[in-house]
Amino acid sequence: MATKKKLTFALMDPPFENARTVTTMRLIDIAARRGHEIIVFAYEGAVGHAFAKQAKHANAAHGHDLAQEDHPLAREWVANILAASQAAGGKIDWINCGLCVDERGVGEFIHGTRRGSPADLLKAAEGSDNSLVIGTRG
Amino acid sequence: MAKKILTLIDSAYRCTVEEQDEPAVWITEVMKGAGGDFTLLLQGNAVGYLVRGQDGSGLSFGGVKLTHPVSVDRDLTQIMGKGVEVYFVQDDAEERGLESSDFIAGAKPVSRAGVAKLFASHDLVWHW
Amino acid sequence: MAKYLLIESRDPFESNDVENHYALASSLAKDGDTVTLLLVQNGVLPARKSARTEALEKVAKAGVEILADEFSLRERGIDAARLPASVKKAALDVVIDHLEDGRKVVWY
Repeated sequence: MATKKKLTFALMDPPFENARTVTTMRLIDIAARRGHEIIVFAYEGAVGHAFAKQAKHANAAHGHDLAQEDHPLAREWVANILAASQAAGGKIDWINCGLCVDERGVGEFIHGTRRGSPADLLKAAEGSDNSLVIGTRG
Repeated sequence: MAKKILTLIDSAYRCTVEEQDEPAVWITEVMKGAGGDFTLLLQGNAVGYLVRGQDGSGLSFGGVKLTHPVSVDRDLTQIMGKGVEVYFVQDDAEERGLESSDFIAGAKPVSRAGVAKLFASHDLVWHW
Repeated sequence: MAKYLLIESRDPFESNDVENHYALASSLAKDGDTVTLLLVQNGVLPARKSARTEALEKVAKAGVEILADEFSLRERGIDAARLPASVKKAALDVVIDHLEDGRKVVWY
């Protein structure tokens, strides 16, 4: 089995708007299931991923009620990835940039994520084996 | 010793009005203040951030004016004053009809072919 | 020499910058670095033979390993069996492999 590493990911995109967020979640999921120590720094719109008040909805266009549609929610993906990390013997420190949280009014996070600042990203990057920033595009 | 981090910016004016700054420049400045070692590379349409005299003022919503219009050229001058080297891709500037005389002082040109050398001289490359 | 993984997520029909990223990958490889270019999302579109595939083949000739995310290919109905010889399908795990390996990984 590969040696456990400490990896930092920084992301910017909000959920539901761009394919980048799905690829980012896929990457963090892979790293989590390998049991690595992971720091995620959610910047700008990415602070929305862990927002606790995301809610599912039905989809009349597809003829699905609430249960049938089983709409994906970013907060569930984050929670599931956190659980997978723990099960694999790793850990994830999911940090939401505080000022970005404030301006978006998404201060209620799911359990296992926390508020932080860019200083946390720097500290994480300095202490990690490697890092990947997935920026956004205009 | 701090890791040397090269920050790439190439997507300009995305949210500069709402944020009153360019988020990639802002976060780099904050992390520099926290002890990081950063170099900025402006490429693509972000080379335009170096143009002197950008004016984002005058917007209002419901009659209420924005009080601190963005000025990325000012912010870049500020970050250079704090010791962050700022480069721009010369080819990208020329293709967009920009010359160094249009720019604020202090930014250094690098050719598109020379970007690889910047990559080589840094420990991490972050593309915001 | 250094090792790089460049991840290209954009469609070259959508952004002129994509060919600059290809050129960067080629330049790094010509300097003697080990370079992999991973196509993901709409970045896999030139792997379906088109006017932009030749640009990708030039990158491979420069010594860059070109991979395409298997899910992104499948999501877009690009048959992995019909990829150009210069492009190999890969699981996204390769990104984590390369991060573990200490490569400089840059997202485009």
